Formats: sequence, C-alpha cells, structure tokens
Amino acid sequence: MEARESTLTAERDRDLVGPGADGMEPAEREVRWINVGDGERLASVLGGVALARYGLKLNSPGGALLALAGGMLVYRGLTGHCDIYRSLGLSTARRTVSPVASVLHEQGIKVEKTVTINKSPEELYRFWRNFENLPRFMKHLKSVRTLDDKRSHWVAKGPAGTTLEWDAEVYTERENEFIAWRSLENADVDSAGSVHFEKVPGDRGTRVKVLVKYNPPAGRLGALIAKLFGEAPEQQIEEDLLRFKQLMEAGEIPTTEGQPAGRRSMLGRILVGAR
Amino acid sequence: MKALCWYDTNDVRVETVPDPKILNPRDAIVKITLTAICGSDLHLYNGYIPTLQKGDILGHEFMGEVVEVGRENKKLKVGDRVVVPFTISCGNCFFCNKALWSLCDNSNPNAWMAEKLYGFSSAGLFGYSHMLGGYAGGQAEYARVPFADVGPLKIPEGLRDEQVLFLSDIFPTGYMAAENCNPQKGDTIAVWGCGPVGQFAIKSAYMLGAERVIAIDRFSERLKMAETQGNAEVINYQETDVIERLKEMTGGLGPDACIDAVGMEAHGTAIDAVYDRVKQAVYLETDRPHALRQAIQACRKGGTVSIPGVYGGFLDKFPLGAAFNKGLTLKMGQTHVQRYMRPLLERIQKGEIDPSFVITHRMRLEDAPKGYEMFRDKEDNCIKVVLKP
Repeated sequence: MEARESTLTAERDRDLVGPGADGMEPAEREVRWINVGDGERLASVLGGVALARYGLKLNSPGGALLALAGGMLVYRGLTGHCDIYRSLGLSTARRTVSPVASVLHEQGIKVEKTVTINKSPEELYRFWRNFENLPRFMKHLKSVRTLDDKRSHWVAKGPAGTTLEWDAEVYTERENEFIAWRSLENADVDSAGSVHFEKVPGDRGTRVKVLVKYNPPAGRLGALIAKLFGEAPEQQIEEDLLRFKQLMEAGEIPTTEGQPAGRRSMLGRILVGAR
Repeated sequence: MKALCWYDTNDVRVETVPDPKILNPRDAIVKITLTAICGSDLHLYNGYIPTLQKGDILGHEFMGEVVEVGRENKKLKVGDRVVVPFTISCGNCFFCNKALWSLCDNSNPNAWMAEKLYGFSSAGLFGYSHMLGGYAGGQAEYARVPFADVGPLKIPEGLRDEQVLFLSDIFPTGYMAAENCNPQKGDTIAVWGCGPVGQFAIKSAYMLGAERVIAIDRFSERLKMAETQGNAEVINYQETDVIERLKEMTGGLGPDACIDAVGMEAHGTAIDAVYDRVKQAVYLETDRPHALRQAIQACRKGGTVSIPGVYGGFLDKFPLGAAFNKGLTLKMGQTHVQRYMRPLLERIQKGEIDPSFVITHRMRLEDAPKGYEMFRDKEDNCIKVVLKP
C-alpha cells in the first residue's frame, strides 16, 4: 500500500527519489502499473461498454454478470491496469524507464533503414562523420555546426514551418564501423541515432544501416498528423538514405527543380512546384 | 522556347516555356535538331499512365547539338552532335555497372512513387510521368540532359539526323527484344505489332541469325512495310486465326520465340479483348494484354516470350498456366539503351541498316498535336512521325 501511494504522488524525476520497498524507482513502478497496451485499452473500453449495455438489456442474473464483466473491461481500459495480467506477469503495454537514455525504450518513434552503397566504408564513414555534410542529403535539416570533436549543434525544419534546435554528442563510435549520437538536455526534440557501415562481400560496396529514435514534438498525435501530410519519419529517413547513396555514387542528387514546364494546375503547383 | 506540353487525355499543346538550365554539375543542354513521337507516348496521350501533371513536357526520342555543359561533365563539349538515350543513368550504381541502364538506382528523384507501385524504382526517363522521374522531355527546342557524361552518344560526320535519331529508343528497343529471344540457327520468331518497334525487332531478329520472322498486325501499310523492308512473312489477325496459322506455318511446332511489340493498349475483338476494354473503362484493369496472351498461347514449348511492349500496372486473366506448363521463358523490360547505341551505330555506318525507313511523316514541332492524332488513329498510313523544332 505504501509503495502504491508514493507512486501516485511522486514526480517522474529519476534523480531525486530513491528506490521503494520493492526495489523499483517510483517512475518505473508507476509505469509498470499500466500493463495493458494502448490499442487494447481502447478495445477494452468499447467492448466493455457494449457488453455492459447488452447485459443490462437482458434483465436477468446472467445479464447482470455480463454487465459486471463489461464494467470490469471498461475499468481495465480506463486505468490501463489488468489484475489478471498482473497475476500472470503479462504486459501488453510498451513502457519502461531508463536514467541514461535520451529517448526511453519503446517510447517515441523508432526508425531503422538500410541501403547498400557502391563505395568503401572508409569513404562513407568519413563523409558522414563530418556532420556538417548531413544537410546535403537530409532534407529536414537546415544546418549542423560542429562545436568540438564530439558535440554539434543541429537545426531542423519542424512541422508547419517551425524550427527545431538541439545539441548532440557522439557518445560512442568506431572508425569506419559505426557512429552513435544522442541529443543533450533541453533539446527541442529528444533523439538518438546510430549509423553502421559494413563492407559487403564481393564488389558490392558497403551496407549502411541507420537507426534513429526520437520523441516528436506534440508526441505521437503530432507524428500521426505529420504522417497524414506526407512527412512520415520512415519515409523521410528512407529518402535521406537514398539521397546519401546518390550523392556518394553519382556525385549529385537527381532533381527536376527549376526545369521548364507549361502552365501548371493548382494541384500541379502544389505537388510539383510552379514553373 | 517552344515545347509540347500535356494537359489532358487527347490534349497536348505546343507552348512557349522557359529555356532549360543546368541544374546539376554533370548536366548538359542540347539544342534539339530532330525528335519523334513514340508509340509509348500514345499511352500518355490516351490517359493510361498515372502521375502526369498539366504542363509536363513530353518526348523521349531526341538528338541535337550540345550548347552548354555542366562543370563536372568531362565527356561532352559545346558543339558536339549527340543522340540522347531515353533512359537516364548515373553510371556508377549496381545496375549501371552491370549494363542494366534502365534500372539505374540514382536517376529518379521521385523514386518513392515508383517504389510504392513496383517495390523498387527503375531509372528516370525523359518525358514519361512523375513516377518515372518527371523530367521535361525532348519534344521541344532544347532539353536539359542529366548525367550527360553517361548517356548521350556522339555522332560522327556523314550521317543524317534521320538515320541516327532512332538510336535514342526504338532501334535499341527492337534489337533488345530480338536479343532477348536468344535466337538460334533455324529459329522462327513471331512478332506481334508492326509499328516502328516491331519493324526494328523484325530487322534485328534477322541480324541476330533467326531463320524466319513472322509479323502480325491488322494495318495493311504496316504489314507491307514488314514484308518489303523487313523481309517478314505476314499475318493479318483480322483475317486469320493467328494461333492456328502460326502452327501451320511452323509445321505444328509453334514459333521458337514470340515478341510482344504491342503493349498495354492492345486491340482485339475476341472475347478476352472485349473483357479487357470493359474492365479498363471502369478502372478495374489498367493494362490490356491481348497480344501478350496470344504470344504465350502460340509459343512453342520451351520457347521464349520477349516483351518490349510497355506495361504499366496490372492485368487480368494472365495465362500463367500455359506459360508454366509449356516451360516458357519470359524476358522483358525497358530498354538498356546505352548498351546498344554504339554497336548499332556501327551497323548504320557499315550500311547494314538505314533506320529512317520507318519514317512516314515529317512535321514541324508546332504541328505535333496533329501528329499525335494521326499517329493514334493511324491516319494516312502513319507509321512514324518525326518533328523538326
């Protein structure tokens, strides 16, 4: 009971409050209380309401039991806590807590993309490690400024014409193999990423794998809306990687911006750009 | 400059638009001296290819004089006379390195569109919809040519424009179609479609060693050209049952290889063709494979069906059972033009072939809309229209 109360009152400030009787950090405990996944919670509420209404309509002892079951489903959906799951040690929720991660495990948006590029790992590593090169193929970045051999300052285009800025540091790397970076405190967007370079057997060049995790501003809802307007992160990263490949293999990124055309329609002007 | 712009189904217009500029360091600008209307342009004209925008400049068969060169282009010089392949290729990706030029990874700025439909994007093409690059085409006075240190072929003195223009597309296309048949000594090759690509496929089949070529169409002027110019035996499918006739002509074996030089707008009156038309009209099917079905049916067991004819989307009632049980090989794709330009230029120089034989109409660029109409309706025995800007 005592552990439960401190969960309800403690802030999610991992540095200030020590472990409780069960050895868990309060934030972790609160998070573990919720063991039903988001989609399932919604289904639980809707299903529970339907079941309860049906049970009440039956107007019988059996119906009353059904209505009770429906009510429990609703409670389960609203609180995100299922006693049955608890006793079975199950959880369909996706949250844990870490004191060292910039983006919490299973939180935020995670994207992983791979591309094969007809160049050596050394050439690709060298180009990527100079983060000031990144805006040349990452369209959402406005600029990256190197601050010292580990830290850099990033400026990106946010949704709806806003600008996002943050400092990042390379926290581990191995030359010609991988680089891992993460954003520092007070970032507009929490993010962490890594790029891996692996020589492909034979003459085929290098396999480049990028993992990026970030908490989008406006959370998941913002990310969903961005997706609807064609700025989904998976697609962005994939297109960025393709542009990296084109820049490295062909020396330039193919474009038709600025080419001639006849009179565009309104839709054409939006999709393709005015003449 | 003047350029032929697409506005709607059956609506293309020659308008004044800005001149093209160098956009990337390997580009070149070509002043066009001759260009043409391709059979596949008709798919754009007839509204069968998605992702066109009003104002798009069409045209992908063109040649001319280099008037400007980007700073990273070490191959071309101002004044060079070049033929430009319709496929745009970077020269340094997995596919370009294997001479699979029409599959270049790096030349489609709208790769994501093609990826959605096809899984992966092929190369960008001139003037052939935004999904395939959105590049302004060559039915114009000038064109900007990307990766111009890979594509354009320099033409030596002593050859007329009309003799070499078709190295840009239809001659290599017909040639690759025939090459894909893997012709052996004694082979009979049947070609559906006696348009310009079919005509070059017929000639190429003989060049590559086929014994007999049988050409199939319904237009007498096209069949006549296949006979007199191509040396083919002909079948008019409106007068004869093609499959039966082919069996007869090949002593019951069937042709060793079949070329579908017709593509997605096949015409036919049999029940499957009517089915295709109906489905296409209500957008339940995008491509009409009538000729392809016949080719698969007619081909001998263990033979090859070669498909240069353009297909875009999905088709119905594909006789995969026939293809499977007869052990057929299907070979297809957009032409790897850069692979063939030089060897075919040599054949032209040696006098083995004068590609200008397919030309039936010569017009000014300004009259291109009329040219499209004529070509579509096969008026006035039209087989190939070339345009002079």
